[in-house]
Formats: sequence, structure tokens, C-alpha cells
Amino acid sequence: MDRKIGAYLCTGCAIGDGLDMEQLAKVAKGDCKAVLCRTSEMLCGPEALALIKQDMASEGINALLIAACSPRAKTEAFCFDPREVLVERVNLREQVVWSHRQPGTEAQKVDEDVQMMAEDQLRMGAARLQNMELLVPYSEEINKRILVLGGGVTGMTAALEAAKAGYEAVLVEREAGLGGFAARLFKQYPEAPPYRELEEPVWERLAESLKRESRVSIHCSSSIERIEGAPGMFQAFIRKGEEVIQEKVGSIVLATGFEPYDPNRLGHLGYGKSPNVITTVEMEDLARAGNLSRPSDGGKLQSVAFVLCAGSRDQEHLPYCSTVCCMTALKQAMYVREGNPDSKVFVFYKDLRSPGQYENFYRRVQEEEGVFLSKAQIVKVEPQEDGSVLVEVEDQLMGERVQVKVDLLVLATGMVPRTSLGEEAKEEPKEEAPDKKQDIASQLLIPTRIIRSNTLNLAYRQGPELPELKYGFPDSHFICFPYETRRTGIYAAGPVRAPMDVAFSQEDARGAVLKAIQCVELTAQGKAVHPRAGDMSYPELFMQRCTQCKRCTEECPFGMYNEDEKGNPLPNPTRCRRCSVCMGSCPERIISFKDYSVGMIGSMIKAIEVPDETEEKPRILVLACENDAYPALDMVGIRGGSYNPFVRIIPLRCLGSLNLIWIADALSKGIDGVLLLGCKHGEDYQCHMAKGSELANYRLAKVSETLDRLALESSRIRVEQIEISDYHRIPSIMEEFLETIQEVGPNPYKGF
Amino acid sequence: MAEERGQGVLVIGAGIAGLTAAIEAAEVGVPVFIVEKEPYLGGRVVRFDQYFPKFCPPSCGMEINFRRIKANPLIRYFTMAEVVEVKGMEGDFQVKVRINPRYVNERCTACGKCGEVCQTEIPDPFNYGMKNIKAAYLPHEMAFPMRYVLAPEIIGTQEALRCREACPYGAIELEMAPVTVDLRVASIVVATGWEPYDATRMENLAFGKAPNVITNVMMERLHAANGPTQGKVLRPSDGKPPHTVVFCQCAGQRDENHLRFCSRVCCSATLKQVQYVRKQYPDSQVYVYYIDLRALGRNEDLLSAVQADPNVHLIKGKVARITEDPVRHDPIVEAEITASGKISRTMADLVVLATGMMPTTAQERPSGIQLNCDEDGFVLDAAGVYGAGCAKKPMEVSATVQDATSAALKAIQSAVRR
Repeated sequence: MDRKIGAYLCTGCAIGDGLDMEQLAKVAKGDCKAVLCRTSEMLCGPEALALIKQDMASEGINALLIAACSPRAKTEAFCFDPREVLVERVNLREQVVWSHRQPGTEAQKVDEDVQMMAEDQLRMGAARLQNMELLVPYSEEINKRILVLGGGVTGMTAALEAAKAGYEAVLVEREAGLGGFAARLFKQYPEAPPYRELEEPVWERLAESLKRESRVSIHCSSSIERIEGAPGMFQAFIRKGEEVIQEKVGSIVLATGFEPYDPNRLGHLGYGKSPNVITTVEMEDLARAGNLSRPSDGGKLQSVAFVLCAGSRDQEHLPYCSTVCCMTALKQAMYVREGNPDSKVFVFYKDLRSPGQYENFYRRVQEEEGVFLSKAQIVKVEPQEDGSVLVEVEDQLMGERVQVKVDLLVLATGMVPRTSLGEEAKEEPKEEAPDKKQDIASQLLIPTRIIRSNTLNLAYRQGPELPELKYGFPDSHFICFPYETRRTGIYAAGPVRAPMDVAFSQEDARGAVLKAIQCVELTAQGKAVHPRAGDMSYPELFMQRCTQCKRCTEECPFGMYNEDEKGNPLPNPTRCRRCSVCMGSCPERIISFKDYSVGMIGSMIKAIEVPDETEEKPRILVLACENDAYPALDMVGIRGGSYNPFVRIIPLRCLGSLNLIWIADALSKGIDGVLLLGCKHGEDYQCHMAKGSELANYRLAKVSETLDRLALESSRIRVEQIEISDYHRIPSIMEEFLETIQEVGPNPYKGF
Repeated sequence: MAEERGQGVLVIGAGIAGLTAAIEAAEVGVPVFIVEKEPYLGGRVVRFDQYFPKFCPPSCGMEINFRRIKANPLIRYFTMAEVVEVKGMEGDFQVKVRINPRYVNERCTACGKCGEVCQTEIPDPFNYGMKNIKAAYLPHEMAFPMRYVLAPEIIGTQEALRCREACPYGAIELEMAPVTVDLRVASIVVATGWEPYDATRMENLAFGKAPNVITNVMMERLHAANGPTQGKVLRPSDGKPPHTVVFCQCAGQRDENHLRFCSRVCCSATLKQVQYVRKQYPDSQVYVYYIDLRALGRNEDLLSAVQADPNVHLIKGKVARITEDPVRHDPIVEAEITASGKISRTMADLVVLATGMMPTTAQERPSGIQLNCDEDGFVLDAAGVYGAGCAKKPMEVSATVQDATSAALKAIQSAVRR
């Protein structure tokens, strides 16, 4: 496009006090090639904004270089349609003037180094504008139906609620009937005030409503053979006996639930040693069959003991708490009491967990005569000849050993997510010869585990199922964004995602459906989903230069790329989360977004003026994650902190978009050091692109080649993990790095 | 903005529940109005230092949420606002919202000039009064919207005039009066959240009398780098580092005389805060008195980590009484140990009461709205009016987000149904 840049410089908020604005305007009209340049004391005010719009209308300005506050401030004021006008905001306030105030001087005079920083940041902004294109959203015909996998309470709720919101749903259940695990329940524990009485299971009502809902098509006795495609255009191949049915859907709710923990591994608690040692699951079966009696001989249940955390909260078995077993045991204690008012029930627990208002039900059970609850450790379980079971416990309330002989021992077992059942999908071994550097770098990456649970069977290059997070759950790991999986358009809900009960599963199903609906609606407009919701850019590949190295297809945290048999990447833009990790991974630099590219950042780096080494003005390039490090840099200024003015800051969509050429660009230009600020990685990663900062770290391990080639010191590159709230650490990080750079001395490439 | 018939959603409360419900609905394409009583969005969670179980800062997710709001023209928000009247029914509610005066208009650039000249100080509500701030203030460093507030205390004084004079942008409007806005919406999400249970109501625990007895929410501020102690956990009485710290679980919860229910989050929150103390003070000794330790789901990992620490003592027992050494202000904790039946006596430097979540609606309800609540004051869903997050049940942040996303769907269904 033919660019007409208008530069708008704000002098308000002390910007004008700290900088020589006239000089800055000269740079705007000179180096930045702005056809007009205006200054305003309040650029965000309605008067100045009206002037900008007038310039666009009458002067044909179509690229705005706005040098004022941080793009995080006054965002709404400077919001223009990225399909119609190019906008770049240069952060003079927070990151130049406010973070470089001269302490103690009332009448601020312009500091030469701060002025140089402002001028460079302006040039860098202009370079960005010069390399940016108007956005054209990705457009495809989008199917808005929702596929729900699993016909238990979660799946049925999801399908029904989607229909109630006006969307068609397709439900696939592997069993012949609906209901899932809930169909085995005799009663449910109370989910509504006053939380005291047992309730009828909800699943039957759900199944009835579902059958009457014309917008939901149900496939029972069916499983997913394969899912191809991407959000808005998934093709699901559903196997039903001999037949394969093909359904087009837009997004997917994964609600395949859990399996009870295998009790055969609980021999130490007596399972398998007597028919009178059963699990809470089997207890439901007995109750539902109206047969609450001793399995060995049908005798009346005079005494029953429950052992909680049977195989849960146990490093040998399930390390986590399944959140429902305590309540289930309390419920079943009531079954026993209601079946035989003379019975005695012992409940042995580690901690009795009746969270929230469920405490009311716990209180109800405590009021029940004949129920004895005790914090206890199981010492031994011994089936007796008369069919009874002897349980010896270390009672931690009484501080003594206690033995009870019971007719029935019930083990409260935990939940195992269905997605954890299966073989691990192994990466095919790399073709390239193992070299040592590669090995060291690879160790920096936490492998993504995908288990072949035969659930989704995605025809994706990165594997058939959702990546596992921990203990087999495909949870998001984001406390604030629990529905984010690493496969766009696929949302896990219910106990497959995290242990939860019926009430929570139903809310979880609604939440997942909302996200599934949102996904098809945003996709239909060519917009990204979380975390860059609304972004209309997407990656475009210049395939003629592709060398089939497969880095993009391997590294995309969201499995966006498929691959053809030659190893060419096949992008699926509606799977893309716009993190630009692929752009960083590509050694040929063929992946670009219209408003973000390797060349663009490179030209920003090249726009930095590097003084001669005799001037003793080092230059440090800071590449900062846009979501966390960049706001933290703003906060330094907002708090009146400061750091050296030798830094030049470029925000990156994600540190994972780091392309090593930028390091080479910077160093070969004479920039003395490069500081990379990215999110925490590792087990408790905070990178919202899941793997971005980790991948940047991995790439940097290979940067030594570049440095060796240039005969430069490795200490010129530093990567720091920084949280958004770490702003108090930034000044010292900056100063320490500057000291290091000064010790190493000037980059010998200055002036080349 | 009043439309013929409401199509949008009204969200009352802009904590993590309200923000989530609003943003998730708006990203489907539905117009949303947020009404928040505080001068900033973010609610209770922005006053936390770190979330369990990841020890990550709430501002990280908030940054994304605020960016989503800024980018989405379908979201309108009102701060310092309250709902004063609701009429109509599901599909078409007519709502009156009163916006109380902030005395600072949208021309504010947060340049800070008013704060520089203002001399009056007020207790900082953001830090639970643990420090003072200027009466012309930004509610907190990362506040959104990033706009100053003038405390009503200085209105009508010379101080206010000085602030107005100092503002280069004409942003201070001392004549500002309450404004009423009319909205029409299809449904309402009540996300009014929770209040920490008032610990002074448990006289035996000495809160409010012994300065070194604090609550878990205060502990979050003490550990925050932008809090009153710059992130160092220090004794309020003398600013000294504590050596022995006692956590008292169920400070009011699971108690017929206070909160009958369990707040679900306090055990995990304490297991997190125990690690705050242990990481800052490697020699410290920490005691936790509990009825049951309820670290649900994967939060069990937090418990396992704490159990592996020999300096942490997890004791099943009930704190009977806290007194203090009148000179040194060291709290003395007397607890009944369940296993032995004996009373233990611990000299502590700092005591943290794990107080529970009381639904805000147990005390005050948005006026003019017929809310269904249970006996404890939690909101029950009704046609077109849906609870979200801790207004509905006690829950942790991720469960709140899950619940609020669900509420967004219900709210949208109300619009479809009419």
C-alpha cells in the first residue's frame, strides 16, 4: 500500500518537559518520513483525536505514528480499525520519560541519552509502520455445530445447553444408552440448600429432555474413528458398528469422564480377599439393585466400615484428591442407615473433605446415630472365617489402636481421567544426526505427553489427543483461563478435566459449551480465540523457500500445522492462536503476519542508531513479552523507578516468536547486548502460549553458533524470566546487565 | 444506550467472576454492561499476591482480561456504580444504575499531579488500612481504569481546589454529582463476590486487639511487593520479621455461631501462605491448627510439599484462645490438640487467621432487585438472574472462572429464549 504517515507527538504527562519535542518532530519528518507531524499537550483529548481523524479524511493519512503513553493506556482513544488504518504507538511516557526522570531536579532539563532513546523508539515505531500491512481476516465457510464426546451428565448437559442457546449439537456416546457413570448411582448427595437429604439422580431427567431436543443428534454405541480439520470445519468420522457416519462440526466439547481407580491394586486394603470388601462403585450397584446386603451370603448389614482415600492422596496410587469420595461415602453411610436403622457405620478418613455448603450434609450425617467418623490410619484388613472383615486402625482422634469387625468394608476409590488410559504416543525419532548441541538444547524442553486414549483420534501432526498436563488430566494449567486446552476449538469438561462431582460437572459443561460457541462465532469472523481473542492477523507462508525442516510443525504449541508426506507444513489458520512461535522457529523466515514479521522486527532493530564506541554510549536491545514483561516495564515508570537510558525496547507477541536472526541483526549492527524478558517456564509455566518462553530458551541454547561466527562473547545475550508483578526487579536486572556489558566492552562491530 | 428491548447482559460486580462472565459473553457477540462499586475493576483477587497452586500473580491474567475489555466495544463498564432499581422480567429487564461521583473525569491521564499536591491522607482500603495514601489517589498501581479518584473526605475543602488547580488536563470536576443511567437487558449476572468474615466477631481470637494477629487476606498484602511492607512478611506491631508463625484454620467457618459452611479455599490458601513464610524465612517454624485439611484435587500437591517440610507442624486441633504478651505483643495461642485432648500453648510472633468467605449478599443486596438467596445469603439462580462465583458458593479462582463462564451461557440463553 501507499503509506502516508502522520506523526502525532504528545507533550503531556511530563513528556514535553523531559524531551526536546522540536528535535523529535524533525526525526519524525526526516528519518520517519512522516508527511505531517503534529504535537499536542493532550493527544488523547477529544480535540486532538478529532484532528487526527480530520487528517485521515482530508490529508489521506493512512498510517498513524502515535508517540505518547504506553499502548496499554488510553487504548480506546487510539483504537482504529486495523483493516483500514495502520497504527503504531511509541511509548514515550512510561518507558522513556517516566522511567528516566532525573531525581531531585525540579526544572527538568533534557538529558541527551533520554532524548536519543526517544528518537530511536520513534524511528523503530516508524520502521514497524513501514513493514505493516492492513489486516484481511481469514475467511472460510464456518460450521457452527458443536460435537460433544460423552453421554454422561457432563456431555448431556453440554449438548442440551448448546441447543438452548440456539446451536445444533452432535453427541457421541460409546455405550448403548445415555447416562455414563451417573447411571450407576442409586441416589446423589444433595446439591441444593438445605443440603441435608439425598436426591434422585439427575441423569434420567437429562436424558429425557435430550431425547425431546430436536437440535441434538445422538449417536450411541459409537466412537470417534477420526477427527480431521480445524475449528469451524472439523470432519468427525463416527463409527457405529459397521457404519461410519460423517459429521461436520465447528468445535468440540470433550466430556468422556473418568474410570474409577482399579481396586485390584488395593489388595493391602483387603480388596479381592473377601467378597465383603467392595468399592463405593460396587456399593452403588448393590443399592440400585435394592440389594443392600452382605455380598457373600446376602446377610443383613449390621455393621459397615468405609475407608476413605482408598488409593487416593497416595504417591503409590493416585497422588491427588478426587474431591467426591468423602461425600460419596457419607451418602452411602446414609444408604446403610436407611436400610437398617440398627446398623453401625464406621467412616475412617485422612481428612473429611465436605467442601463448601456440603458441610451441611456432613453435619446431617454426624447427627445420625450409629455413624462413627474417625480420623484414622488403616493398620490392617483381615477377612474372617465367618465372612466378616476385621479392620484395625490407628485412631488419631483417640490416639489408640482400634479394631472393628464389620459385615462389609467399602473402599472409597478415586477418579482416573479417561484421557490417561492408553499408551503414550511417541515422537518419531529425528532424522538429523544427533549432534551434541542439539542434545543439550533438547534437554531444555519438557516433552509434551500425548496418551493414545482413543478418544478424539485427531488427524493432527502432533498426535491424536489433547496433551496431558499432570496425572493424565488434559487441564489448561491456567488458573484464570481453565478452559484453554492446547488444541484450539476443543474444550474439556467434567471429570475428564479435573476431579469433580455432578453439580460442578454440569456448570463445567455449560462453561465449556460457552467457549465452544465463542470459538465458532469468532472463527466465523476470522478472529482468534483466547488469549489473543479478536486478533485478525494469521500466519502466511512463503512456501517457495521452505526447506521442510519441520520446526514449525513440531514447535507450534497448539498443533496448528499438519504436514504433507514431503514434510511441507500445511497450515490450519483457524487452529492458530497467533502466538507466532512458528515465526520464531523458522530458519528460512518464511512465516509472517501482516502486522508482525521477522523482517519488521529486524528493521526496527536496524532503525536503532548506534553511536561510535568512543562516545561510550552502549546500546542494549530489550525484547519483551507483550503480556507480562512489557507491562512490568511500564510499571517501573508509573512507580517512578528508573533504569539506564541505553536500552531500546521491542515488545514481542510472545518470547517464543524470537527468531535468532534478530540476535544476529542486533550484534552485527554494533548493539552491545540483547536482554530477553519472557515468562516463567517449567512445570508451573506462566507463558500463555504454553511453550513460548520455553522454546525461546531452547533456541538461545543454539545461539552460540551465531556468537562464535561473529567472535563475540556469550554474556552479551541474557534471558530473564519475569512475571508481570516483578517490576521492582527490573531496574536491578537492567543495571546488572549493563555492568556485564561494560565489563565485556563495546561490540567491535560498531560502525560497520 | 437504552435499547428498545434489552438484548444484552447486566453483570453486577467486576471481580474475577463478573469480569469473566462479561468478557466471555461479549466475545460471543452479546452487549454487556458491568456495574462495579469500587473505582477499579478486578475485585478481591487483585489484592491477592499469588494464586495457588502455581504461585503466579493475578495481575497476569487480569492484564489479558483488561486487554480483552479494551479491545471489545460490546463491553461497557461503570465503576463506583450500583444498581438501584430493576423492573421487568427475563428477556426484558429495565435497570437503573447510579454512578457515584469520582470527581475525576475521563480526561485523566494518571499523570499524578493531583496526588503530588494533595496532603491529606486516608487509610488505604486496598491494603485493608495497613497504610495510608493521599486523598487524591490511584486505587492501586495497576488499577484499571487507570484513573485517579478524589476521596469524598476532601470535597469542599481547599485541598480539593489545590488538586483541581494542579491538573493540567481539566480532569478534576468537583461539582460531579451522582448520575443515573437507564439500561435494558435480557438477563442479569450477580457476581457480587464475598467479604472476609469479620474476625472481630470471634472475641477469643483477639483480632483487632492484638496487632500481630492478622487475617489471611492481610497476609496477601504483606507478601505483595506493592503492599505496605514491600513484600516482606513483617509483624504489624514492630515491623520485625517473625520466627514462629501460627495459622488458625476455620476461623469462623464450620461453626454454627459464625459461618456454618466450609469456605473451600482457606486450606489451600494457608498451604500457599505457609510457603510464603517458609521461603522468606528459612529458619522459621510454622504451626497450622486445623479440623480437616481440605486441599482439593491437584492442590493435594501443595499439602504434600508442606508435609515434607520439617519446620511446618500440621496439628489437628482447635484454637481455643489467643492472648498476647502485653509488652512484646507476641500472640499466645492456646489450642486443644485432638489426638491428646490436651491444651497446647504456643508463643508466636505472628498469627494468621484463615477467615472464611461470606457472600456479600449476606449483608447487602443490590437494591431494587428481587434476589433469591439461601439461608447463608448465597445467590440462587432464578429466571433471567444468575449467580456467578462466590456469590453462589464458596470457590477458588479457577472454579469461579468455570462457574462464571457457565453463567455467561445462561445469560445468553435468556436473550435467545425471549
